[in-house]
Amino acid sequence: MELNFTGTDICAINGTRSAPETHYDIVVVGAGPSGVAAAIEAATAGAKVLLVDENPVSGALMGNDIPLYFGGRMTAATQNTERMLEAIFMSMPALETAMDAGVELLLGTTAWGVYRNGPGVASLPQQVVGLADSERSWLVGFDKIVLATGARDLAMSFPGWNQPGVMGAAALQMLLTRYEAFAGQRILVLGSHDLALETALLAQARGIDVVGLIEVRDAPQGHSELVAKVAAAGIAIHCGQTITSATGGINGIESATLSTGDVIACDTICVAIGLIPSIELVDAMHGPRALNATRGGYIPAGEPSVTAVGDCAGLADSGFDHIAYRMDWMRALSDISADDTIICQCEEVTRADLIGVQPPNYLSRPAPMCARSLGTLLEDGPANPDQIKRLTRAGMGVCQGRRCRDQVAMLLAIEADKPFGSIPLASHRAPVRPLPLKILAEWDEPAEMEAAWDVWFGIPTQWVPVEDLNTPYQDEHREMLYTGMYT
Amino acid sequence: MSGSEVVIVGGGVTGLSAGWWLARSGVKVTVLDKFIVGWEASGRNGGGASHYSSPLFDEEQRLWPQMDELLGYPTEHQKGRILIAMTERQWEQYRFIAERHTRLNHPVELLDVKQVQEAVPLAGDNSFGGVHYKFGGHANPQRSVQAYAWALQDLGGKIVQHSPVTGFETAGGKVTAVKTANATYGCDAVVVAAGPQIPQLMAQLGVNVPLAAARAEMIITEPAPMMPLGGVDGHKIYGRQTLRGNLAYGGGPHEWLDVDATGPAARPSTPLARNLAKRLAELLPKAAHLNVIRSWAGIIENSPDGRPIIDRLTSPDNVVVASMSSVGFGLSPASGHAIRDLVIDGKCSFADIDILKLSRFDNLESDWREKRGWMPIS
Repeated sequence: MELNFTGTDICAINGTRSAPETHYDIVVVGAGPSGVAAAIEAATAGAKVLLVDENPVSGALMGNDIPLYFGGRMTAATQNTERMLEAIFMSMPALETAMDAGVELLLGTTAWGVYRNGPGVASLPQQVVGLADSERSWLVGFDKIVLATGARDLAMSFPGWNQPGVMGAAALQMLLTRYEAFAGQRILVLGSHDLALETALLAQARGIDVVGLIEVRDAPQGHSELVAKVAAAGIAIHCGQTITSATGGINGIESATLSTGDVIACDTICVAIGLIPSIELVDAMHGPRALNATRGGYIPAGEPSVTAVGDCAGLADSGFDHIAYRMDWMRALSDISADDTIICQCEEVTRADLIGVQPPNYLSRPAPMCARSLGTLLEDGPANPDQIKRLTRAGMGVCQGRRCRDQVAMLLAIEADKPFGSIPLASHRAPVRPLPLKILAEWDEPAEMEAAWDVWFGIPTQWVPVEDLNTPYQDEHREMLYTGMYT
Repeated sequence: MSGSEVVIVGGGVTGLSAGWWLARSGVKVTVLDKFIVGWEASGRNGGGASHYSSPLFDEEQRLWPQMDELLGYPTEHQKGRILIAMTERQWEQYRFIAERHTRLNHPVELLDVKQVQEAVPLAGDNSFGGVHYKFGGHANPQRSVQAYAWALQDLGGKIVQHSPVTGFETAGGKVTAVKTANATYGCDAVVVAAGPQIPQLMAQLGVNVPLAAARAEMIITEPAPMMPLGGVDGHKIYGRQTLRGNLAYGGGPHEWLDVDATGPAARPSTPLARNLAKRLAELLPKAAHLNVIRSWAGIIENSPDGRPIIDRLTSPDNVVVASMSSVGFGLSPASGHAIRDLVIDGKCSFADIDILKLSRFDNLESDWREKRGWMPIS
């Protein structure tokens, strides 16, 4: 059988994709204060605006510290979606203003990917954002997208951190204010910059016993007025110290031990060392981003059609070097951590295995493998978190690296003795939130997709067994397995 | 050729395997890579190792079960595959393939719907049947690529990363050195295994290598309970359950691209993840509730007939060119062996690989990409 080429590859992507269900002038992702303000402004100016927010997220996601580091310290109230929705409306009166201004609002709706034609892809009918709720996923076209995705908690590891009750400041604030669903009673706060000070004051105002703040540097780091308020509230700031371990029982944290040897009873350890601008969507679309130490980390750096507002555009710049501060904490915690201290909770990767670039424990480690380490890997080139991730599995779990990616980068910088900024950002991938197969699936895909679908390239000559070449079996093989790619 | 120097252009799985085989023969090997070993399609694929259509198949099958031991590092190789048919047409096709295997003495067993469910706990009662390959298998691409690289180093070979090749020096009908921006590597022989960048590199030597690049995509779920056999696919998707339990699957329409001499500009995944999710949820309905936690894409090249090009040139006569035409990972233990043989002996010792010669495209029309519709979307 001769192959007659038609000029068309019917197994190519061309023309097979569905068009977005709807199109908006502006899609705003994140209904915090910045996102709502952007939505109201655009709608007031006459634009067709969609505002989405993933909250309230499911209890299962919260249990995996998504989107914030909840540390298992939310009450059962967070399982009640109706109550959570009501809490969101109560805490955000501006949402009603937005709806009155004509903004279409979807809560409980996640933006899991932004896609546009650019380097490496030209087949999209238009730029789209992928959305999903608890029932299904769909695509929405837009002229402009405003990311108001906020900032997420920086998690830090120390012996015993991988148990319920170790949580982040942003998560604690959300549970205390919006949901009134914090399950702890007695908290120890790590850090003394504004985030830690504000969190301590808020918690105390909400009736939580704040047993103290721990500061790795020699003096409190936050604004002097906030430091004075914390002192006036009778909350101690223990400077020049770190946490060395946490112990607990079936319900999680029961006490923390400090570098002084002091043991402090508490049911929650709030890691308030820093917030990371939530740039997952920009990074997953290969948008430009830049490291900005005084704005909290990597921030979006000029993707056309994408505007970042609020914390995801960078934390308010007070001149404080967040990266240097985190690195001080990381060095101190790294010094007190044991070889078997877990870094990646999802994949149970220990500090020793991360630094040793060792495979997970279900694989064998023959002598040559044991002889390898980050040190030997660095002889081949600079440390790259994505390479370390592939070898150790740190960051490959269901939390999508939220708990460990920043720590891994910092540890690599420390171990390689390089500045933090020299360590590339581990890549984010869509879907930027875990999405069940049945939700992500495009169940009503276009017929063109199925018609073009082949397991691989659909090249009829590619898979004919070499023994069958130039025999009748060759034609039979093509006829049976290829539906006329080349007639 | 013991003691001679071979430079390998491209630290993908094919170049690394070739380097490892050469180093085992006492050759001094230097692998040059534009970035990090295995960063492109070699580390971004389904990990399948069951390529019965290839002249390298027998060697692929012989070597994989030994690779952990030979390399000294884990590859996660697992034996066997099960294909599940989800439509009448697929069942017809898979039975056809099963008959072919039987005729070629590759052990296979047909499974009825109940047997499929027994062998594949995540499958449902909605299949038409399955085919159990008692051969072939799969491995972890990323781990295997690094295993080759480390094993090569353990034998004294060098890997130079972050060093794109910029050109060659030639004299007397041979390549005498390979150049990067920062260094020149003298050599007795060269292997060009640079994937989609092969055409531009070989053009510098006056050799036309017809290859076209495209993007393909995969999705990966959170871990599922371990199945007795991880190499489960069918329903026109390919993939595996990893030893951690994740389901990693790809397939579906590809997008043809142009790739610069410096390599792919980006490897974006697209909403095709939704179409992959649909088929995986149909194939393994008891996994439909599992979260997808990543998607990714890789850029791979194909020759005009979809078969590899593994050839030692006549001019310059110390150059071996190797493109595996989008099917490189699984065949890598054997392709490296073949390349080693071509470099050292001028001939493959274990298989007739004449159909992989570059000269089969000598009379290829210049508009071969247009004719096949293999052009980028403009």
